[in-house]
Amino acid sequence: MATKTDNQKAWFFVLPVVVLVAFNALIPLMTVVNYSVQETFGNNLFFWEGVGWFEQVLHSERFHAALGRQLMFTGIILAIEIPLGVAIALTMPRQGPWVPVCLVLMALPLLIPWNVVGSMWNIFALPEIGLLGRAINAMGIDYNFTQQPLAAWFTVILMDVWHWTSLVVLLAYAGLISIPDAYYQAAKIDGAKAWAVFRHIQLPKMKRVLTIAILLRFIDSFMIYTEPAVLTGGGPGNSTTFLSIDLVKIALGQFDLGPAAAMSLIYFVITLLVSWVFYTLMTRDDAK
Amino acid sequence: MKRLIPLVPALYILFLMLPIYWLLNMSFKTTNEILGSFSLWPNEFTLENYRTIFTDPTWYMGYVNSLTYVSINTAITLVVALPAAYAFSRYRFLGDKHLFFWLLTNRMAPPAIFALPFFQLYSAVGLFDTPLAVALAHVLFNIPLTVWILEGFMSGIPKELDETAYVDGYSFPRFFFRIFLPTIKAGIGVSAFFCFMFSWVELLLAKTLTAVEAKPIAAIMTKTASSAGYELGLLAAAGVLTIIPGAFVIYFVRNYIAKGFALGRV
Amino acid sequence: MAKIGLKALRHSYLPNPTAEADWALRQIDLDWSDGGAYALLGPSGCGKTTLLNIISGLLTPTEGTVLFDGRDVTALPPDQRNIAQVFQFPVIYDTMTVYNNLAFPLRNRGIGEARVDTRVREIAEMLELTDMLGQRASGLSPDGKQKISMGRGLVREDVNVIMFDEPLTVIDPHLKWKLRSKLKELQQKVRVTMIYVTHDQTEALTFADQVVVMQDGVVVQIGSPVELFERPAHTFVGHFIGSPGMNVLPCEVRDGGAFFQGVHVPIDEGIGGIEGSRRLEIGVRPEFVRFADAGIPVEVFKVSDAGRHRIIETRANAARIHLLAPIGGPVPEGTAYLAFDPARTRLYADGWLAGANSGGNTGSNSGGGA
Repeated sequence: MATKTDNQKAWFFVLPVVVLVAFNALIPLMTVVNYSVQETFGNNLFFWEGVGWFEQVLHSERFHAALGRQLMFTGIILAIEIPLGVAIALTMPRQGPWVPVCLVLMALPLLIPWNVVGSMWNIFALPEIGLLGRAINAMGIDYNFTQQPLAAWFTVILMDVWHWTSLVVLLAYAGLISIPDAYYQAAKIDGAKAWAVFRHIQLPKMKRVLTIAILLRFIDSFMIYTEPAVLTGGGPGNSTTFLSIDLVKIALGQFDLGPAAAMSLIYFVITLLVSWVFYTLMTRDDAK
Repeated sequence: MKRLIPLVPALYILFLMLPIYWLLNMSFKTTNEILGSFSLWPNEFTLENYRTIFTDPTWYMGYVNSLTYVSINTAITLVVALPAAYAFSRYRFLGDKHLFFWLLTNRMAPPAIFALPFFQLYSAVGLFDTPLAVALAHVLFNIPLTVWILEGFMSGIPKELDETAYVDGYSFPRFFFRIFLPTIKAGIGVSAFFCFMFSWVELLLAKTLTAVEAKPIAAIMTKTASSAGYELGLLAAAGVLTIIPGAFVIYFVRNYIAKGFALGRV
Repeated sequence: MAKIGLKALRHSYLPNPTAEADWALRQIDLDWSDGGAYALLGPSGCGKTTLLNIISGLLTPTEGTVLFDGRDVTALPPDQRNIAQVFQFPVIYDTMTVYNNLAFPLRNRGIGEARVDTRVREIAEMLELTDMLGQRASGLSPDGKQKISMGRGLVREDVNVIMFDEPLTVIDPHLKWKLRSKLKELQQKVRVTMIYVTHDQTEALTFADQVVVMQDGVVVQIGSPVELFERPAHTFVGHFIGSPGMNVLPCEVRDGGAFFQGVHVPIDEGIGGIEGSRRLEIGVRPEFVRFADAGIPVEVFKVSDAGRHRIIETRANAARIHLLAPIGGPVPEGTAYLAFDPARTRLYADGWLAGANSGGNTGSNSGGGA
């Protein structure tokens, strides 16, 4: 690792980055904070509201419902995608001609525009014309995600698993192939079984990449907007209205600036807190 | 039991390919056929959907717009992130750790909360409905990740390289461009990949910041989906075409994918 | 403990080897007896790690058999051969304590906890790790971790042979000798067959009772360190061992004597056994060359100070001859004469010690007892 030297002139190097990010982040953030503490009746007239909006949002049933749905969604997603991704990475060949083929095909869902993912699954899961929809109904299960909340949840979750598990696979795989052969050889000589190898060699060495994977999946699933918006529009009813979808409805749909802004800030703070916890865990392991 | 192991990735890939195959299937059918019957391959194979897209400017300009802002975004991000990553990797300066964390927090911000403020901000500076607006907006999310990735790669290069160059009489710009950058070209490739990945796929901000002139393909598709006359075949064809640039990009970086996902830090 | 036999071993990493160069191991016939301390010495790429991995079972040889006590184990995996191997960099189970690391191989074989505890403490005592048994293994220094690796090999009582693949590579130089002596001490105490692979002659010569020198996939010589030094069977061995290595000088044989650049070089052993060979050379170590009043005319070229003695490089036309001289003694300048100790001067035919055999290799020796 390179040792760093003290140099305050380094600020010039980071200045362009700071300017661009500040422009994009600070100014809108200030706007949001501004709106969150004021009331407007149009005509650019603003009245001080203080923490009124925050109280309203935090007490609103609508917010609780959306937050609850979001937490359940994120929880289910993490519980499926992380173990599944790791399991797939464990079964992938570590060398050979098939490796690039596998990696390219697995990475494909990650690069499809999110609205196309939504549309694709829409066409795929519709009961009449979709392969999946038809297949499930043909098995005797009454399935229609446009009308049944349970079916909608099932489809949204399946879509996210399809979309993002590969990220976990690729990260876990990167961690796995960095383990030198000698570890596996030593384990063989020590008479260790496959489970012991996983528990004592593979899992510890994958800790870093797994933390990154969990962090990324948490953040992205917590922020999810486009795919469910295109697939179900938040419905049927509002059964799949997650936090972002609800926020956009309030902000861009109803133009309720105050509540929207307050909700945005609360949303941001939650994400920030969880991310900070993960970040600290990760950098603390690095320093060790 | 061991024989079954290669089956797992194979089944997973099969699962991944199914919806894509279905999309392809739909793209070669007319909307009538889609709504009327159900078949695993087109009964009446047609290229009409693709023809529409390639000949109708409202459609193909969508692709052009999207590719434009993605390229601009990647270029801007790389140009500003490289010196910043260098600074983080080589120097300690006042507030460096906090700055780094602040940058990362932007990646953690839900785009939804920026939708309305961005709309107002970019209208105010007169950039509304231009590719530049979308490019700049996406920069907020791409810069943190790019700086992180590049810093990881750069920290793997020993400082001795820099020092040797100075002793040999290289000026800093010459050293940076002719010696340093080529050694981390894997990192640059990976960063460009992630920039593309985020910018190409994002919808909300791209739609919010554009109206007519710079409308990205994603927005055009969603407009079509919601308007009357649910043209499924056309939509499917448009979708298939959006997958192609992604496939290209992955193919190019396929040898760096494993290393890149280790973010150069393993 | 077991007697290990290697018969007609040949190995190639390529699926379809054709040329000789495709083979990593070209013909190995070797017997290792019980309880000996062996070193496998040779430059990088000579095949020593390949040979090691074939013995341990991590690699299956393309041709040939591996016998443990007469039993063919060529197809057996490592965990069924009762071997242990220590690698170049410490391989430990990070999440476990030192105690559990050492206990791991025993527990995997279903040995009762009481026995495990006795054994672990015994080995920890031998390796001076007793104080650290409760610590997490990842917190130890590299030499501590290597000790754990060694410990995992020693802790099993049914071990046939322990193999070391350049185990001191990551150890700090000033700790190397400490670890090495500890290893030697352990070997003499426990009397397990140990095979130590290295490219460092000091490590090999100080550890082993018998050294197996390899080059290019064949065994060039087996012998005790003294034998290797005094009677190198091949010019390679002479050159590789010793610092500086043996002087190898082209010569011709006529009228019953050896001649270097026209000057007669007396050789006590005589000049037999060179029929049919094309290249004749004289080998003599710098330790056995001295200045004389008559002999081989040379130009004194360079004098280097090597701490305990001086190394003098002289030139005889195109050839270079090194010799050693004590610090502080007189060194002639300009032209001088050299004489070789006839008892220590050897004749080499096509690289091999003359008379050893007619041009074949010495690979079918057995490594004698410890």
